[in-house]
Amino acid sequence: MTITLSIFIPFLAAIFIPFIYKRIQNRHIGWFVIIVPIALFIFLASFIPSIANGSTYMHTIRWIDSAGIHFATYLDGLSLIFALLITGVGSLVILYSIYYLSERESLGRFYVYLLLFMGAMLGVVLSDNLMMLYVFWELTSISSFLLIAFWYHRKKSRYGAQKSMLITVSGGIAMLAGFIMLQSLTGSFSVREIVATIGQYTDEPLFLWAMLLVLLGAFTKSAQFPFHIWLPDAMEAPTPVSAYLHSATMVKAGIYLVARFTPIFGGEAVWFYTVSGVGLFTLLVGSFNAVKQTDLKALLAYSTVSQLGLVMSLFGLGSVALQHGYSPDSVIYTQATFAALFHLINHSTFKGALFMVVGIVDHELGTRDIRRLGGLMAFMPITFTIALIGSFSMAGLPPFNGFLSKEMFFEALVNARNLEVFSTGTVGTLFLVVAWIASVFTFVYSMIIVFQTFFGEFHPERVEKPSSEASFGMLVAPSVLAIFVVGIFFFPNVVGNYLLRPAMTAIYPSFAGAEGLVPHIKAWHGFNPALWMTIGVIILGTILYKLIKYWRGVYTIAPLRWNLDTAFNAGLTWLEGGSHFITRMYMKGYLKDYLVYIFTFFIVAVGGSILWTGSYSFDFTDNSPIAINEFLIVLAMAGAALAMIFAKSRMTAIILNGVLGYSIALLFVVFRAPDLALTQTVVETVTTALFLLCFYFLPEWKKERSARKTKIMNGIIALSAGTIVTVLALAVQGNKMFESISVYFEDAYLLAGGKNIVNTILGDFRAFDTMLEVVVLFIAGIGVFTLIKLKTGKEDKDIEDQ
Amino acid sequence: MRINDVILRTVARIVVFIILTFGVELFLSGHNNPGGGFIGGLVLSSAFVLLYLVNDIETVRKGIPFDFKKIAAFGVLLAVGTGFGSVLFGEHFLTQAFGHFHLPIFGITELSTVVLFEAGVALTVVGVVVTIILTISEDV
Repeated sequence: MTITLSIFIPFLAAIFIPFIYKRIQNRHIGWFVIIVPIALFIFLASFIPSIANGSTYMHTIRWIDSAGIHFATYLDGLSLIFALLITGVGSLVILYSIYYLSERESLGRFYVYLLLFMGAMLGVVLSDNLMMLYVFWELTSISSFLLIAFWYHRKKSRYGAQKSMLITVSGGIAMLAGFIMLQSLTGSFSVREIVATIGQYTDEPLFLWAMLLVLLGAFTKSAQFPFHIWLPDAMEAPTPVSAYLHSATMVKAGIYLVARFTPIFGGEAVWFYTVSGVGLFTLLVGSFNAVKQTDLKALLAYSTVSQLGLVMSLFGLGSVALQHGYSPDSVIYTQATFAALFHLINHSTFKGALFMVVGIVDHELGTRDIRRLGGLMAFMPITFTIALIGSFSMAGLPPFNGFLSKEMFFEALVNARNLEVFSTGTVGTLFLVVAWIASVFTFVYSMIIVFQTFFGEFHPERVEKPSSEASFGMLVAPSVLAIFVVGIFFFPNVVGNYLLRPAMTAIYPSFAGAEGLVPHIKAWHGFNPALWMTIGVIILGTILYKLIKYWRGVYTIAPLRWNLDTAFNAGLTWLEGGSHFITRMYMKGYLKDYLVYIFTFFIVAVGGSILWTGSYSFDFTDNSPIAINEFLIVLAMAGAALAMIFAKSRMTAIILNGVLGYSIALLFVVFRAPDLALTQTVVETVTTALFLLCFYFLPEWKKERSARKTKIMNGIIALSAGTIVTVLALAVQGNKMFESISVYFEDAYLLAGGKNIVNTILGDFRAFDTMLEVVVLFIAGIGVFTLIKLKTGKEDKDIEDQ
Repeated sequence: MRINDVILRTVARIVVFIILTFGVELFLSGHNNPGGGFIGGLVLSSAFVLLYLVNDIETVRKGIPFDFKKIAAFGVLLAVGTGFGSVLFGEHFLTQAFGHFHLPIFGITELSTVVLFEAGVALTVVGVVVTIILTISEDV
């Protein structure tokens, strides 16, 4: 229960932020916001001991039984790692943002979005129900959109926000389709139930599709090739956001999904090849592209892409262990997953620190272009130290945590070469080579960050602001992360035993407690292939870095310049043009035309299905006789309807329309339906009042001069629509195709305590319908209000590009 | 929109109260007799519409200083919120409860949570209808 609550707390806090923000103008609102993640972090951290002992926490609020959708939360080792990252990095990022964002920014908005994201992200990692997971998943995309577009007056921000939204949300929808397929296979939306029963469905054709679609969601979110193009553009967001969403948490949601679904799909050849292949390729593309960047933040973005690829590929390699279930030999492959989880934590620490460093440089000097920077070490010693720690860790050098996980990554690849399943002989070698080359590039760009920014000569005329070391508060958060970078190197097994062990059990339920599932992490293990690979990376990387100006030319070779961004933009333009063209074809702006569309569709769909099913046989035997007064009412209605066609003025038409409405009400009275009669009367009254109001806006009532052909056509449409409605009404009366459901409502007084059966249906039996109708009504009202009040031209200021 | 008709204005003064009372009556009796939130809301809003028709908008706004958009929003929140009320008691979303209570003046009375739900419906209807009619008329 308390875990369920922890998802809601950020949302609740987000509701109150605007009110607090209004009251407190002279103090930074961040100090109030930061309480939320710190409290949640402490709360979640208190679960570490019991989770490490193997317990899990499950809580379900039953919601929609018929669809299997419940508000179910599940906390195990895997979700705990992510939840701790979300709240821990979240606290540091908020602390950092307090100093980074000036009080002139609209901070209320910023922190509302940030809390919204935090809640959504916690929801993603703590959900057990797939539908719940999906909703939170999309919510993270939306809050990311809002945060990227925080400075929405910039064109680039809006572009980046839209791009990330389009890519991640379409991936999310694919994932939803995959989830639904899984549900139709296994009959459950609960991840744990699916894990338990999936074994018997792996041969179904839907299984493969579900896997690919879920992967599509994970790949778009985690910026895997070819969907990585949104991440560099997302860097238009304020730096705290980039550090938080686009390196430490949100982009790891895809990785979380892959890890969570490893027990379901792991052990399949397609899963293995897709996840590890895409991951490794992303690793290579990301690191290769990172080297050519001149904007420090773009460099970090590409480096994040490549590191995510690394983690992703490790999960792919680790899934092999599930091929034949547990055996003493297969345990060795689980080490890839262990390395993945370990690197995931390490990446959050060093990349978070690096982003904050770049933010500091940008904040203090007004630029983050490495061509204009240099020699900052002289007056930014602390920032330099943090950057050094972060970059060297990223490059995989000791004594930093990146070294440990990088070594494990190489080891996993070396093991994969000996893999006997899936006939990976040559592919395993290819994997190893790709990973090694990518690591060389990683080394090169890590060196670029350190040496091109902090060494060399400082040119004050090239930067925008007078320069000095950042304020103390701004340095706290990156320093904490840097301490973790070093600390984890010296005490890696604390992390291993308390965080990674339960997470490994969550990913490999059948391996629980197996020897070797949680290896002892050592910094030194002799001269094994992994260490030689690292030494090779350092040597070749240093050479490449020294000679960078000689080989930079490769980036101008044509095939490398053809990039996916151009394709994306062209696709977007084409899509816009195409939909504009199609919309123009039928949106004529005449109500008359739209009515023709609607009625034609109605005639084709309903009339067609009546003909198709042959349900036009009528049965009048059970009908009660029609009394004379009923005849008279119907006659009046028919007269009014006919007269309306020939009405000379609009007023007459409106009154005649009223005659129709009130006659229907009268019919309801005759047939003893007082509720309907009342409603009809009042609706008619209000509608007439509305009509009179709109009088002013309506165009002049004039005889229509349309071609004879159109008139005949319209007449045919009108007549057939009327005929079909009549036939439909009679056919419904004559053909009982389904059991009547009115038996459900017959005990209304007993079940709902009401004597008015109509209202018990509205308010009790079918309350969901009523509730949604009310919501729709409200939306319609707001729609009318905004359409009229916010007409173009009334808006005075035009917020546009900078 | 102001209609300068003495008879209409005089009649409206009395009729508005009759309509309002009728609306409330319809709303309350909906459980066992014809009526209910939707109709009640519609009748109430027709009373307001009549007020606006007879007097000008500014005068009525002084007398009824509500923002009808907010009323509509509150109504929606109430309708959806009562649905969540049952969740708190471990029941399904939108489960309604009722019971018979002994009240001092009314004797044994049936009280039901559906009233809250219907109140939400009624408020939404009033808010939306009046908002629509006011916005259109103000646009003139």
